[in-house]
Amino acid sequence: MGDTPQPPHDPSPHDGDMTLGQRAAVDAVLALHRARPGALLPILHGIQDALGWVPPAALPTVARALDLGRAEVHGVVSFYHHFRNTPPGRHVVRLCRAEACQALGARALEAHALRTLGVDWHGTSADGAVTLEPAYCLGNCGCGPSLLVDEDELHARVTPAAFDALVAGMRR
Amino acid sequence: MSVVAPPLRVYVSRDASALALGAEATARAIEVVARERGIAIDLVRTGSRGLFWLEPLVEVEVVAGGTATRVGYGPVAANEVAGLFDAGFGNAGAHPARVGAIESLDWFARQDRLCFARVGTTDPLSVADYVAHGGYRGLHNALAMDGAGIVAAVTASGLRGRGGAAFPTGIKWKTVLDAPTSADGAGSPTKYVVCNADEGDSGTFSDRMLMEGDPLCLVEGMTIAGFAVGATQGYIYLRSEYPHARRALEAAIANAYAAGWLGADIRGSGRRFDLEVRLGAGAYICGEETALLESLEGKRGQVRFKPPLPAIKGLFGRPTVVNNVISLASVPLILDRGADYYRDYGVGRSRGTLPIQLAGNLKRTGLVEKAFGTTLRELLYDYGGGSYSGRPIRAVQVGGPLGAYLPESQFDTPLDYEAFAAIGAMLGHGGIVAFDDGVDMLEQARYAMAFCAVESCGKCTPCRIGSTRGVEVLERIGAGIERAKNLALLDDLCETMRHGSLCALGGLTPDPVASALRHFGEDFAPSRGKV
Repeated sequence: MGDTPQPPHDPSPHDGDMTLGQRAAVDAVLALHRARPGALLPILHGIQDALGWVPPAALPTVARALDLGRAEVHGVVSFYHHFRNTPPGRHVVRLCRAEACQALGARALEAHALRTLGVDWHGTSADGAVTLEPAYCLGNCGCGPSLLVDEDELHARVTPAAFDALVAGMRR
Repeated sequence: MSVVAPPLRVYVSRDASALALGAEATARAIEVVARERGIAIDLVRTGSRGLFWLEPLVEVEVVAGGTATRVGYGPVAANEVAGLFDAGFGNAGAHPARVGAIESLDWFARQDRLCFARVGTTDPLSVADYVAHGGYRGLHNALAMDGAGIVAAVTASGLRGRGGAAFPTGIKWKTVLDAPTSADGAGSPTKYVVCNADEGDSGTFSDRMLMEGDPLCLVEGMTIAGFAVGATQGYIYLRSEYPHARRALEAAIANAYAAGWLGADIRGSGRRFDLEVRLGAGAYICGEETALLESLEGKRGQVRFKPPLPAIKGLFGRPTVVNNVISLASVPLILDRGADYYRDYGVGRSRGTLPIQLAGNLKRTGLVEKAFGTTLRELLYDYGGGSYSGRPIRAVQVGGPLGAYLPESQFDTPLDYEAFAAIGAMLGHGGIVAFDDGVDMLEQARYAMAFCAVESCGKCTPCRIGSTRGVEVLERIGAGIERAKNLALLDDLCETMRHGSLCALGGLTPDPVASALRHFGEDFAPSRGKV
């Protein structure tokens, strides 16, 4: 006697793993988009816009709302480079790695950015200020090297010095 | 009693590239200085004229003898704005940054701005401004025609898909028009118009500029497409990397609804067309039309087998027109001015104009809309002004990451779909990326394979595995390991990818690789590994 049977260990996330804030955000997004045709991408965008990432714990709820399998939803989230499954830093810098920017020094800028932030791609600086993500073209190909800050603010002709100044501003 | 002078009308771009170069700060400074000096201004935020070396460009309306003309100053940084007022720019005063009327600049005057006629000159979000500058005349004509008549006009114009594949637009539309609407037995009349705005090719930004600078032109083109094929719902599949275009499109669409140009009863015609923007999520492959449709349906962006063609079985299994932004935005003009007007531009089987994007290492980058037939050399040197770095231009990639690298000996090739195909290259979406002599072509070849590996949808093996093997082989060649053997392996691998891949990503990635090897063999030479 004594040993109560343990439930089998299940490493996959449960709805209960979401915080109350996350749950509220996910529910609001689902209410807004679930009836639209092809609703999954708008829903995932909505969640990431609200929370900064798509918590794996949200996927069972999303799957249930759309009558999809959890694996199907996971398959979609993981297919698209845009969606994050970990929370980003306070700012997200998307650095263009594509050819037009390469022609203007993007490779050197990449190396500089990775080194000075002390991260690999998709990593966040130790102080939590900046997440560095690769972009394959930001449509600013006449004025590279280019980067996009927080999905909104585009910068042109970015030199290593300009990058440092930008990052210093984000750390303040 | 004094007469109140009309406010000074000033134009500053809100295009993403102009903003990246400081246009927002310049616009703010103009407002601040005008307020300080008690000068009434009417600041209009436009798209970009496409002369990036002049951005932030400030244009001011000067009225002389009852005629209003615009005088340009550029580039004007925010801290130079006070000086512009000091120089009396409201009266076209002399200033080191004054470039005069943009239309009179050689760079601009020699273009054929058909699709981009309004971009940079109007308020992109204003329906009234759009209509005042020729907008909705094409749709007005289309309302008096039947679907077959519209399709015939587009076919006669010679318009071919500007996304890269260059398939005749009219033929695609006819297939959708003729597609049975009740093949599934359900009798559903639903068809769709989908705009492929997933402009992922490096070196291209014409879709973005059009969507930011004249979004209503795309809205009008899609509405006409809907009338042509009998579709009442349109989707613009926009890449998530384009937040500025998204804002412009959503605002323009809302304004079009409010003015009765979208919705259940367009301008009292009893005809319906609804339109919404859907965002991609950072997947290059979704620029491939079947992957795009999968993504729109909420799935992984994996390529579909063809047939069936999307024109027969597309979005949600229904007949669907999928066209690029520029293809659709060319339609209003064709319906307005007539098919002949459009077809009279161009050469051979490449009719009309191509918005060419000058990118990478060039002095004067930007948007050059020209009739087909201009040579690459003219674009690189006459328009582009040579390299930005001042060093010799060594290689040019045309048509995005799947396009061939061209050496100087091929710079006299005219821009024409067939002429490019004849040299094993492709015009694609019209992006031209110049590299100076600092470029390492083996590294560019390796990047082409690496990009394919990152962006492969994974459905077919030649692309999914071949691209990763390609990176490894090129790295071994670079390190001088069993060079001859690895070059043979690379050749073999390229053949397999070219012929065995399901779509253009795996099928065309060998082009930049093989062209780099063919034209820039010295970068792959044995001496390389010993350095």
